[in-house]
Amino acid sequence: MTGSLGLTAAGIRHGFRGLQVLDGIDLTVAPGRVTVLVGPSGCGKSTLLGILGGLLAPDAGTVRLEGTPPPDCLNPLTYVFQDFALVPWRSVAGNVSLVLEHTRLSRAERAARVAEVLALTGLADFAQAWPRQLSGGMRQRVGIARALAVRPAVLLMDEPLSALDAQTRDLLLDEFVDLIARTGATTVYVTHNLAEATRLGQQIVVMGRRPGRIREILTLDAPLTARTPDDPALKEVERHLWRLLRDDAAAAQAELADGI
Amino acid sequence: MASDFVPYRAGGFAPRRLPWASVATLIGLLALWQACASLGWVSTAFASSPLLIGRALAALIASGELWGHLAASLQRLAIGWAIGTVTGLAFGVALGLFTLARSPGMAVVSALFPVPKIALVPLFIIWFGIGEGSKIVTLAFGVFFPTVVNTMAGVDGVPRGLIRMAQSFGVPYRDILTKIVLPGAMPAILSGFRITTSTAIILLVAAEMIGADKGIGAFVLQAGNLYDTDNLLAGIVVLSAIGLVVSAVLGWIERRVLAWR
Repeated sequence: MTGSLGLTAAGIRHGFRGLQVLDGIDLTVAPGRVTVLVGPSGCGKSTLLGILGGLLAPDAGTVRLEGTPPPDCLNPLTYVFQDFALVPWRSVAGNVSLVLEHTRLSRAERAARVAEVLALTGLADFAQAWPRQLSGGMRQRVGIARALAVRPAVLLMDEPLSALDAQTRDLLLDEFVDLIARTGATTVYVTHNLAEATRLGQQIVVMGRRPGRIREILTLDAPLTARTPDDPALKEVERHLWRLLRDDAAAAQAELADGI
Repeated sequence: MASDFVPYRAGGFAPRRLPWASVATLIGLLALWQACASLGWVSTAFASSPLLIGRALAALIASGELWGHLAASLQRLAIGWAIGTVTGLAFGVALGLFTLARSPGMAVVSALFPVPKIALVPLFIIWFGIGEGSKIVTLAFGVFFPTVVNTMAGVDGVPRGLIRMAQSFGVPYRDILTKIVLPGAMPAILSGFRITTSTAIILLVAAEMIGADKGIGAFVLQAGNLYDTDNLLAGIVVLSAIGLVVSAVLGWIERRVLAWR
């Protein structure tokens, strides 16, 4: 699982029911790097992620995969979902196994792969538990384990921490840093949270309010594992991001309050 | 400054199961019925009594007459319900998944679902004869529509996020159907089974009363014609027992299949 694949989006335009959500998005996601999409509510971050991952067909524009997936990769573009998207009638192990059952892996290889990723995500003791028996953080770990099981070349993470409490969020963020650094997977990460953005982002894409356009792209070169939540340089980037987003975020809030 | 305890204001709206109360209620009602009959408050020729019904049932079992009627009814029930269920599931899934099937299919279902199926029995007799065909078609027809509606609702209720998740991992269509859509629709499908098994028993009796010499429905009708309330009510008890057994079997299946809930 190495970052051998990149993505290039060109001229992406998309709307829902006459509402223009994305307009003229050109974006390059470099192999092996973490690209974070930030922006106010409704700016089209998740829509763009859906388009990048092939789950939404854009009204205009193209997305190209650049490079060749590694030979052990079973699903080049792999999602981690905000709401975990766990199948409630399958156990933890069953949820991970689900995404392997149609692949070339034998039954024994599949079982070994499931055991491996559950151990990696600290879920080995919960293999037979139902999703409803797990906390939010553990459910998202299952989502991560499921994603890792297919040896993804590109991880597409749609606000994976937003449904969790603050403490679980911090713990899982540390684990994400670890996993991304260890696997070297190309990652596109959508978040509202600027601290998450600066902690994970090597390329931070700041999007403006609807119709979503890219306002600025920042590059952070500090290695992920060397970053700490209290790093003054990251705090400064966070403040800069907030200055960029504050007016749009306030306008988005007002729009929600008006029921627009 | 005045001070008072804060009253507890929540609670209620959470009924629990009391299995002993169910049994006690049934035994109590039977005892009351028997007491009314024994004390002469109710004529046994008019309403029989639990003891007389028990004796009639024992005689039917001992003579072997019951088994002939029961076997005929259960066979019709099983075949009719199975045909209605299998076709209903297939149509329900199709209506739940395919745009081209949904509108035309729903138009037909909406038009035919409200038609009382008992009213169609004479027509089915004309079409399929007085034999087994008309009875089985009546049952299958009655089971088909609720199965379609429940299955379609179940398929509609499967969170689309789960289907998108599976698609994002490249899970093939057939696997999505068998591992996501059908298990996700299963709670609604099994609820539908409770309705369709009851419907099937009702239609079974109706069909057997209209044109059969074997079967519990036919037996009940014959007993009624002879003013033989003991046997008539013994037949009703057998029908109730069939319903209870079917319900128990469905409950067992639900506990197994829906253990994840």
